[in-house]
Amino acid sequence: MNNNAYVPFSSKIKEVIRHTPIEYTFRMEYTGDVKPGQFFEVSIPKFGEAPISVSGIGDGLIDLTIRRVGKVTNEVFEKYEGSSLLLRGPYGNGFDVNDYAGSEVVIVAGGTGVSPVRGVIDHLGSHPEMHKGLTLIAGFKSDEDMLFRKDFERWENQMNLILTVDKGEPTAKRRVGLVTEFIPTLDIKDIDTAKAIVVGPPAMMRFSVMALLDRGFKEENIWISHERKMCCGIGKCGHCRINDKYVCLDGPVFPYTIGKDLID
Amino acid sequence: MGYRLTNEQMNNVWNELKNVYDIYAPKCYAGGGRFSDTDSIRYGKVESIDEVVFDKKSEYSAKELISPNAETLFYFSEDHVNVGGENIEKKKDILILLRSCDLHAIKRFDQIYLGQGPADFYYERLRKKLKFMVMGCTTSFDNCFCVDTETNKIDTYDMSIDKRGEEFFIDCKLEQFEDVLKSVGTEVADATPSFVTETKTRVNIPESVPTSIIKNELWDQYDSRCIACGRCNFVCPTCTCFTMQDIFYTDNGKAGERRRVAASCMVDGYSDVAGGGSYRKKNGERMRYKVLHKISDYKKRTGETMCVGCGRCDDICPEYISYSNCINILSEACKEVAGNE
Repeated sequence: MNNNAYVPFSSKIKEVIRHTPIEYTFRMEYTGDVKPGQFFEVSIPKFGEAPISVSGIGDGLIDLTIRRVGKVTNEVFEKYEGSSLLLRGPYGNGFDVNDYAGSEVVIVAGGTGVSPVRGVIDHLGSHPEMHKGLTLIAGFKSDEDMLFRKDFERWENQMNLILTVDKGEPTAKRRVGLVTEFIPTLDIKDIDTAKAIVVGPPAMMRFSVMALLDRGFKEENIWISHERKMCCGIGKCGHCRINDKYVCLDGPVFPYTIGKDLID
Repeated sequence: MGYRLTNEQMNNVWNELKNVYDIYAPKCYAGGGRFSDTDSIRYGKVESIDEVVFDKKSEYSAKELISPNAETLFYFSEDHVNVGGENIEKKKDILILLRSCDLHAIKRFDQIYLGQGPADFYYERLRKKLKFMVMGCTTSFDNCFCVDTETNKIDTYDMSIDKRGEEFFIDCKLEQFEDVLKSVGTEVADATPSFVTETKTRVNIPESVPTSIIKNELWDQYDSRCIACGRCNFVCPTCTCFTMQDIFYTDNGKAGERRRVAASCMVDGYSDVAGGGSYRKKNGERMRYKVLHKISDYKKRTGETMCVGCGRCDDICPEYISYSNCINILSEACKEVAGNE
């Protein structure tokens, strides 16, 4: 049965972290190789499967940050510590932190887009010797929509953190404005070698990349990650195909040089 | 080796084949057509050679046998998962009669289900049991354009069958049936099946498709003409997409099955992501997505077109949209773009 990729395994929920009423992180039992940016197919019999990115990797565990927006995820929210979810994966290429080693790094993430890069942020944040400067621009709709609050407290000391919300009054902890507004004034010493990662909703990614290119970033130094409906995760079901690329096999992380030509 | 057989001799061979295989071929379902008083030609199990329809194109391809509209992946109860279709291994092997284009389509299935990413457990399990008998084509049918897709000829069959008048010609590559054929039929020097070398419908497949063609206005006409019914996908021998679906037998919420069901990139919902997002809302965009996959995107991965030129999409479209005509329009547009650059 091991060669049957469609049969899921059961994984116990070790902890549930509530970020917002509709966004929880489920800390799951998992042993095996996994990279940030990869995803699992999470399922509950009767309700179906949904692709969810890995938002954290620990010893014998993975984090899955899930937004309650569909048939499967609604049901996932009925589960608590001690119960189980069915998983299969990990799928996709994920981020390779070595791509960013030795450079100034800018990560632009919007909303749940923080999930797939959270592992990269944590890794680079705790290994200052790996890079020449780390900036995180993280945007949420409002204070109520903010995820990973505890992480931001830690990240504030590890990197240049620009935490922002689309609407609200400015506070000491965060700013107000779209993520794109903070890109033109980024302090970058060597723009030719600076690397950037952009993850979030399609419009946010499009405008963020445009702003980065305007700021002088080279196309080959930008990476993006796509979200699509992946039914199988193994290049068969077709739903995630864009042009000749399968988001589940060739992505979800794409160098912008490839990603720019991917038009749905 | 090649053999010539009369109808009676052919049925004797058929009985021998039936001992080893379940045989599937295009057959006539009287009154089963889409219009009143019309028949339907589609795949089914055949008991004698007389049931096989040689002079018409099957409306649906052999895909119906290997990739059913709904296939159970596994059954689940409270704490068990049981993989579906386990008894397949105990069943007879399967012999499928099909045309050159449709055997080329099986190669596309092999590529997608076995060649890219990990092998598909269910397809691989079934594929091991399949043997193919290619049916010769003396002339092309309506809307066929296999010569232009280079899928009009094939030699990777296990057997071939050509009906010439009342006689059958068999080219056999399966050693185990040589003795039967030799004793029943007459050996001939050459029994390779007939392959068409010209078709009435012609398509001009563009060598390369510039990215800018995605935004070309040529796709706009399909916004209103296409009704997004997806029939073109369901009759296509190379459309392999599916969607996962869970169903339950009872309301107690304990036992059910996970299936995969045929999906269509032309039909609403194909690209929906959680939270309400979806891509390609216009039917013209979906037409573009399908057509470019068939003649360009798949080719970038594999070197050959995905489309095998069977023309079934043109046969079935209720809005009389011609895919082959679309390729020709696309080809002209590509030339125009190349000229402008």
